[in-house]
Amino acid sequence: MTVILAFLALVALAAGLWLSQQHLASKPWLETGIAPLAGHGPGRAPGIIFIAVFVTVIGGLFAMLGSAFVMQIEETPWELVPLPGRVWMNTALLLLASFFLQFVVISARAGTTRWLRASLIAASIATLAFLAGQVQVWIALTGDGYQLDGTPAASFFYLITGLHGLHVLGGIIALAVICVRHTGTGERAGDVKALLPGVRLCALYWHALLAFWLMLFALLQGWGNAFLALCRAAVS
Amino acid sequence: MTDYLPEPDSNLPPREVADVMPPHAHSWIGKYVFSQDAKYIAIQYSGTAIAIGMVALVLSWLMRLQLGFPGTFDFITPEAYYQFVTMHGMIMVVYLLTAIFLGGFGNYLIPLMVGARDMVFPFVNMLSFWIYLLAVLVLVASFFVPGGPTGAGWTLYPPQAILSGTPGGAQGGIILMLLSLILFIIGFTMGGLNYAVTVLQARTRGMTMMRLPLTVWGIFTATVMALLAFPALFVACVMMLFDRLLGTSFFMPTLVELGEKLSYGGGSPIAFQHLFWFFGHPEVYIVALPAFGIVSDLIAVHARKTVFGYRMMVWAIVIIGALSFIVWAHHMYVSGMHPWFGFFFATTTLIIAIPTAIKVYNWVLTLWKGDIHLTIPMLFALGFIVTFVNGGLTGLFLGNVVVDVPLSDTMFVVAHFHMVMGVAPIMVIFGAIYHWYPLMTGRLLNQAMGQIHFWVTFIGAYAIFFPMHYVGLVGVPRRYFEIGEPEFLTAPVDGLNAFISSAALIVGAVQVLFLFNIFWSLRHGRASGGNPWRATSLEWQTPEIPPRHGNWDELPNVYRWAYDYSVPGAAEDYVAQTDPWVPDGEGRRL
Repeated sequence: MTVILAFLALVALAAGLWLSQQHLASKPWLETGIAPLAGHGPGRAPGIIFIAVFVTVIGGLFAMLGSAFVMQIEETPWELVPLPGRVWMNTALLLLASFFLQFVVISARAGTTRWLRASLIAASIATLAFLAGQVQVWIALTGDGYQLDGTPAASFFYLITGLHGLHVLGGIIALAVICVRHTGTGERAGDVKALLPGVRLCALYWHALLAFWLMLFALLQGWGNAFLALCRAAVS
Repeated sequence: MTDYLPEPDSNLPPREVADVMPPHAHSWIGKYVFSQDAKYIAIQYSGTAIAIGMVALVLSWLMRLQLGFPGTFDFITPEAYYQFVTMHGMIMVVYLLTAIFLGGFGNYLIPLMVGARDMVFPFVNMLSFWIYLLAVLVLVASFFVPGGPTGAGWTLYPPQAILSGTPGGAQGGIILMLLSLILFIIGFTMGGLNYAVTVLQARTRGMTMMRLPLTVWGIFTATVMALLAFPALFVACVMMLFDRLLGTSFFMPTLVELGEKLSYGGGSPIAFQHLFWFFGHPEVYIVALPAFGIVSDLIAVHARKTVFGYRMMVWAIVIIGALSFIVWAHHMYVSGMHPWFGFFFATTTLIIAIPTAIKVYNWVLTLWKGDIHLTIPMLFALGFIVTFVNGGLTGLFLGNVVVDVPLSDTMFVVAHFHMVMGVAPIMVIFGAIYHWYPLMTGRLLNQAMGQIHFWVTFIGAYAIFFPMHYVGLVGVPRRYFEIGEPEFLTAPVDGLNAFISSAALIVGAVQVLFLFNIFWSLRHGRASGGNPWRATSLEWQTPEIPPRHGNWDELPNVYRWAYDYSVPGAAEDYVAQTDPWVPDGEGRRL
């Protein structure tokens, strides 16, 4: 359960930082009047908080999967699934998607349309290419005899990549909805600034999914276990 | 103390949160069925939870009939008994307690108590309920599939849960159970995101975190915990579903069943236990923390007394929430673990007793010299404290490895967890319903029926679970369809079992009276007026009772914390949070 505990330690740290701003040592029974709310401001729209909490929940989900993977591989040593080189390319595609989406945010914030549309299309294509690439990896591995119901290592590979892919798919649907609304005939259609809140949330979501994928990729490569073994050796 | 005066209204600071009226449906279906109003969603959640809870109650009756009068009822077969046990446990823990505390009280009270018009994402909130309802329907459907529901025990331990020897294991029962849990978690996550973000971002002007009623602190912390703990159950359910449907071996070792080697191999059943209890132990506090918060408010209101040690109460809630994530393996002492791990988990388990004890002392000290009104909510709150202490003390027994190992899987464990997370939180649910029913309906529940309900439930619960500890101590194992009179029992238990079962039937029956009271009082209950308990918190300060859509004409301003009771110099024995009054020579104006 090392992975989930490490993840929860990070969450606890963030929660601790937030709690430290909430005047937990104050004496509310002695205070009357309007007190300012800590942690509110223009950068703290409910949408941002929502995505932060949502991403934390998804992080918990993947950390749990990671924990189960590490735990089982320690208990019953399997041969890890040899990941094809295509996985590296898929990782690069997700990285690109994340980069382009951040560029969309920067453009929208500046109110410039010059590269906005192209970046948005590039981000979408890179994301779809990532998903298609993952499916291609599945097909290749199945062809090599690594079936879903083969070793638990293979089962974990399909489960982890599948769940991650589903979350990416959900993100791309959300992005499509935002773009369709923006290009519609409503009164805010074509307003670049109006696009900002939505794509900002999408960009944060993409960055998080990229971070989770990098962690999961490392685990699937067996680096996580090697790292844990190193830590244990250092501790003991 | 520094003396401050209230700000004149014209000089108020700008609102941190924009005042946005949530979407308002005018059609009957939009208002009462697919409602996006948190208050209606709360009632939908609570109604569904209570309905499925009644099914669990009937299942417990059937279980107790078998245990109390073995061999009398032919329709209770060993398979059916296991199914009753499993479904009773799962329904009570997940579909009733979690749903009613977070989906029911969370939805109704959070927006009102923090001074918001509604949850921040009303549409997602509505979806949350409908997915929860779907989860309940899928669960109920498992009663009607061939083989019936799963009888794997509420912990659903593999490999037995998906093998043919377990009721529902080789048929649809376990599949529907897992699907239902997955749906529940998806639905809860939608609701939970709403509860958390609403508390974080939709508090009204002046409502700092340290002015929140403890009810909100309890529900908020439990929500955050649930958002972090439920993914463990989600992952476990998905993996087991894969094992059952797609032939993977996440949790399945090499097995021989009925002389035939199965295709499974290489998986780890212990991994499931870790995942399950990583959810399962925080789940205890996901239920307990809202109960802690609510009971603090009930005691303060009905004892007309400031909550003793508010800061400590908040810290204790947060610390309990954090600690509950590092105690899970105390449920697995008998699964085999390194002695150092056993020592670690026993230590963390016992450490939780410290913040919990702080809360108990603070409740008692809140009552001390209070103007105690023995209303029905107060009776249930007192019942909770006593029951929680009893259940908590036996938890100290079971938290220790050397004591737990011989007691593990005995009726002592059943008695312990029913006291601490069955009876105790349900006492709070009852107390809370009696307390907030006037807010929801404008009428008081009938007091005579309430008295009967409380006393029969309270005394009856003790008649059931006190002797059950003894039954466990003499060696009766749990989950046995029929024990007979084996030599290892140090005393006969037939008479006690019959007594416990009789008490269970009576306690169950009185819950029907409670349900009748709820419906009867809708029309015939005494009109409550605006604030019948003279409470300070925001939910009672709305212009209309029950609060209308959007809750307020104008969002309220909060000038003080939620526990100004019996303040010297005040016109009444309470000062509402919206009241800018400052006591002479006291108080600090911000």
